[in-house]
Amino acid sequence: MKEISCKLLVIGAGPGGYACAIRAGQLGIDTVIVEAAKPGGTCLTIGCIPSKALIHAAEVFDATRQMAGGRNAMGIRVDQPSIDLAGTMAWKDGIVGRLTSGVSGLLQKARVKIVSGRARFRDGKTVEVETETGQQIVRAETVVIATGSDPVELAALPFGGRVISSTEALSLRQMPKRLIVVGGGYIGLELGTAFAKLGSEVTVVEATAQVLPIYDADLIKPVTRRLTEQGIKVFTNTKAIGLSEKGDALVVEGPDGQQELPADQILAAVGRRPRSIGSGLEDLDLDRSGPYLRIDDRCRTSMRGIYAIGDVTGEPMLAHRAIAQGEMVAEIVAGKKRAWDKRCIPSICFTDPEIVSAGLSPSEARAQGYDVKVGQFPFTANGRAMTMQDEDGFVRVVARADTNLVLGLQAVGSGVSELSAAFSMAIEMGTRLEDIAGTIHVHPTRSEALQEAALKAMGHALHI
Amino acid sequence: MGEFTIKMPDVGEGVAEAELVEWLVKVGDPVREDMTVAAVMTDKATVEIPTPVSGTVIWLGGEIGDTIAVRAPLIRIETEGDGNDVAAPQPVTEPAKTEEQKPEHAAPIRTPEKPATPVASTTAAPSPRPSPEMDKPLASPSVRLLARDSGIDLRQIRGTGPAGRILREDVEHFLAHGKEAPPAQQGLAKRTSKEEIKLTGLRRRIAEKMTLSASRIPHITYVEEVDVTALEELRATMNGARKADQPKLTLLPFLMRTMVKAVSEQPDLNATFDDDAGVLTRSGAVHVGIATQTPSGLTVPVVRHAEARSIWDCAAEMNRLAEAARSGTATRDELTGSTITISSLGALGGIVSTPVINHPEVAIVGVNKIATRPVWDGAQFVPRKMMNLSSSFDHRIIDGFDAATFVQRLRTLLETPALIFIEG
Repeated sequence: MKEISCKLLVIGAGPGGYACAIRAGQLGIDTVIVEAAKPGGTCLTIGCIPSKALIHAAEVFDATRQMAGGRNAMGIRVDQPSIDLAGTMAWKDGIVGRLTSGVSGLLQKARVKIVSGRARFRDGKTVEVETETGQQIVRAETVVIATGSDPVELAALPFGGRVISSTEALSLRQMPKRLIVVGGGYIGLELGTAFAKLGSEVTVVEATAQVLPIYDADLIKPVTRRLTEQGIKVFTNTKAIGLSEKGDALVVEGPDGQQELPADQILAAVGRRPRSIGSGLEDLDLDRSGPYLRIDDRCRTSMRGIYAIGDVTGEPMLAHRAIAQGEMVAEIVAGKKRAWDKRCIPSICFTDPEIVSAGLSPSEARAQGYDVKVGQFPFTANGRAMTMQDEDGFVRVVARADTNLVLGLQAVGSGVSELSAAFSMAIEMGTRLEDIAGTIHVHPTRSEALQEAALKAMGHALHI
Repeated sequence: MGEFTIKMPDVGEGVAEAELVEWLVKVGDPVREDMTVAAVMTDKATVEIPTPVSGTVIWLGGEIGDTIAVRAPLIRIETEGDGNDVAAPQPVTEPAKTEEQKPEHAAPIRTPEKPATPVASTTAAPSPRPSPEMDKPLASPSVRLLARDSGIDLRQIRGTGPAGRILREDVEHFLAHGKEAPPAQQGLAKRTSKEEIKLTGLRRRIAEKMTLSASRIPHITYVEEVDVTALEELRATMNGARKADQPKLTLLPFLMRTMVKAVSEQPDLNATFDDDAGVLTRSGAVHVGIATQTPSGLTVPVVRHAEARSIWDCAAEMNRLAEAARSGTATRDELTGSTITISSLGALGGIVSTPVINHPEVAIVGVNKIATRPVWDGAQFVPRKMMNLSSSFDHRIIDGFDAATFVQRLRTLLETPALIFIEG
């Protein structure tokens, strides 16, 4: 049995874990990172990156199909296109491969030792790793738990056969003719839309009254409209009961009673649950917050010298939150004074069109007692949106009525995900409406809508 | 798993509701047995509420500043074992558990000082308040980093940027000059900022009590000057000869004993008036309230049974109570039940005050500063130590004549202090 000691041990090489290890390495901390699969975690290997690749391929294919249908005004004519899904997947795998080897390279450059295998806690400061070459013991002064999360499995729809999780959906070799997506959250809608564009007949089954329940009605409206245009059927207030007897259909119960929906594949995307048990974690008796590990503003768990970051610590389960936490923890371990003081964790939903949100929505701000000004500027009045044949959506700013301090920024529309940088920057910097309005935004871009929204909140938008 | 509800305890006789002044936990927090979870304030004292069970907080019964009725649910805790909510959701059917919650039985009451909480200004939205998340100091990430590296809490710094944004220069200025120095600003400038502060805790109690006293009681205030030269000589002598275990005497114990003597001749003055019922209750006991400034505001600790205490005893008890009130450890009993009150602003100077009666009492005696003044003794001006007494009375009960009689009696006794100590 081999034994190594280090100052910092990071368990899990997802975005949070690898960012923590790289930063620790930069700071000269003797660091070991343990990963059971490929470096990069859910995000790089079976989440954000592959799904965005698939979404992009689907959009390109769909655009081409639209042109072939003779339905475009731009004068482009193409013959009937076709898609080789295996080829698409190979291209996607290539991107994933480049990124995971990139992460390995970055870890090595930062002099982080990578141990491949599944870690198991022996005690708070010691883990055993089952590696290909036998058992490896790692002792560390400080441990960071970055074990991530798994897709939630529905008791009525266990994974296997036709029932798949997002992981399998991102590696399908054959196009499902009829795909049912259980769960109208962002994962379900992103993948459902992509498969619809690739040619599947898609049905979304959502248990609550609306899809994307975390966003307000204004932001969702362009998305639901587009779902309908794409022929995606959406059943709200509808529960998945289980597979039919033959196993080739999903039984659902909605306001109109039970019915069977025939399906070739059923994608269960009803959320993710933290990997906070297993690996001997339960023996450590760390304080919990629901299913998550409880952390304080420095990502410390209830046990001295053990930190936790990323999905295992709770919502929002987003890679960029984990990265920021990981970087912070590395600096704390290096003796710097750090604490979580971010003003917002922006989020994006890569649906069609995209939704981006940073800070407070108008109703959230009002619920917190703020008297607010809201400015909303539609892309129908934006030149760039017209030239891109996609005028759906708007940019919205929420500000304090007394000081014009920007509390929140949201947008829905094609390509608005890239506006998220401006949104979160505005909030972190503590800008006021006048700051955004007084900044030149390039013409012609969609970002002009941000400046106009700020002007509109102050009552003098120029282009509406 | 069970649910345990902690109800607003019965914090004192006759108290029907208490104000929530602090939550020490939030929803989702784990709690251990005996941990303090909340602080509530009654008329006078702050009471900390402990939890008798371990578990996780799942519900809070109000926001800071809310008034909560006794026995109303205050907090719900999810416990490992059976809770108290399994079979009986009605609040009143839980006598045994609620009984345990009485601080008298459960845990010693601590009364920490709770200053009024300033709340960021939100126009026209009285009850909901901005979350702590957004009330963080307004500063860019680089400024926050600078502050953290320098070990500075940004909440200490007043931002000079737009919307109160804390600039790098503000932090550098703070590092160089500390908190006291005003923010660097050239010349005179208009200030347009407003800050709304929601009254909570003791400050709100004081406001309510003062409104009650001033709106219901028609005050008559009577001021007289008293020659305390002899009293001051006596006091100096007594202090010079005091034993090691005796407290240093101030003027107040003498005044207390003087009042005991005077009210024995005018019992209407040592009384409480229930104006709703139209009943005046003369009190045999003389419980003297001493208006005391504490860090969180005005409180009135009570020297009980001043009629049965020697002057040394009065002094010792007064010192003990004043200290307890200032440190926030005075109990509710020590802060209620006075029958007549002394208000002393003498140390700050001032020649006259108009004291507000401590409702439902009928009289308050205010002490002004002692000053050496020239007094005409019939032949010449002589330097005498003079002190004004500014006293207010409930004019519904006390006629002007009676008020004047009382104050003149106090004056006579204080000017010839031997009379204070004569029996009968």
